[in-house]
Amino acid sequence: MMSTQTRWVGEAKRAHHRGAGRVGMALRAFAHPTIVLLALCAPLLATEIPLDQRRSGYEDLGRDSKAMEDDDTANPATFWVLDGETIWNQKAGTANKSCADCHGDAAQSMKGVAARYPAFDERLGRPVDLEERINLERRDRQNAAPFKFESHDLLALTAYLGRQSRGMPIAEATDPRLKPFIARGRALFEQREGQINMSCAECHDDNWGRKLAGNIVPQAHPTGYPIYRLEWQSLGSLQRRLRNCIVGMRAESYEFGSPEFVALELFLMQRARGMTIETPGVRP
Amino acid sequence: MARALINVPQKVKSGQVIEIKTLISHIMETGFRHDNVGKPIPRNIITTFVARYNGEEIFRADLFPAIAANPFLSFHTVATESGTIEFEWTGDNGFHETGSAKITVE
Repeated sequence: MMSTQTRWVGEAKRAHHRGAGRVGMALRAFAHPTIVLLALCAPLLATEIPLDQRRSGYEDLGRDSKAMEDDDTANPATFWVLDGETIWNQKAGTANKSCADCHGDAAQSMKGVAARYPAFDERLGRPVDLEERINLERRDRQNAAPFKFESHDLLALTAYLGRQSRGMPIAEATDPRLKPFIARGRALFEQREGQINMSCAECHDDNWGRKLAGNIVPQAHPTGYPIYRLEWQSLGSLQRRLRNCIVGMRAESYEFGSPEFVALELFLMQRARGMTIETPGVRP
Repeated sequence: MARALINVPQKVKSGQVIEIKTLISHIMETGFRHDNVGKPIPRNIITTFVARYNGEEIFRADLFPAIAANPFLSFHTVATESGTIEFEWTGDNGFHETGSAKITVE
């Protein structure tokens, strides 16, 4: 990770130092105007949030919403977590097996799993997120029909798994095979799109903390998914939230489960690496 | 599958003011919405909530279509004696859900 605020300025500064070391004053004199020029362009380019300035959307919540997230008996997402526990122990499919039959106590076996997804799948040769992993397991181990995206049961099971990682830091992806997919996610994050011709980064990297239609623009760290959103009056996945923003930019959304969404999820998790999992979170 | 979550302090001192928190899963469908072919979606809400402390009613609320899904209700009462606090939710389509919590007053 670079320590400087702007990637492009950071590159220029490094070039400058290298140049100064090798060729001396003449090149330094040449490099200097280049920095000024790039610095002038900087407001037009995406600015990455320094690691120590990252903050969860939780910190911008009102007192009542914070109290809702903090107390399991006040957090409506608890209903999904409890239903998820039921599904975990329920036999399903023609294999007549439950998740618990193989994985045992989720509090042990699933601890930290949500903190390291999306993860690379050997057979598919691409990363899969937690929802797709659940459906792959259903197909391969239980011989059961997959859950539909955003269905109650899939959200419930995802919330139950996510809950087992609460308080743990989001893991840094060490698998080199994930690299191109993280880069793809970053490119999508920074790509302008839609009728408004905006990118995710313009709000969440460059203008976080400012207001959009009276609401504070968050940094967009996926620390609490699936979240209970008061606006939805329901639990929803990270992909649903991404779809929300994309439609807001008047762009065409990707399909649920599409490689673009998974790449974005993966990039966002890496952007939030080391931050604490809050699942299930509450947001306005 | 309706579920209710109830938060009542278990052990309190006599005369102490306590907060009671309840949360129930319910869609609270307003009756004002239409489905994707224009057909009205019938109203389906919780209409009444009652709390009783050893049989005596201590709190009652009427709920209306403007109340969001999964209604969260909290209120205060004075802990007078040990016993049971019972909760009852009733609503459209014969909806009926009960819950209870034990309380020990020292």
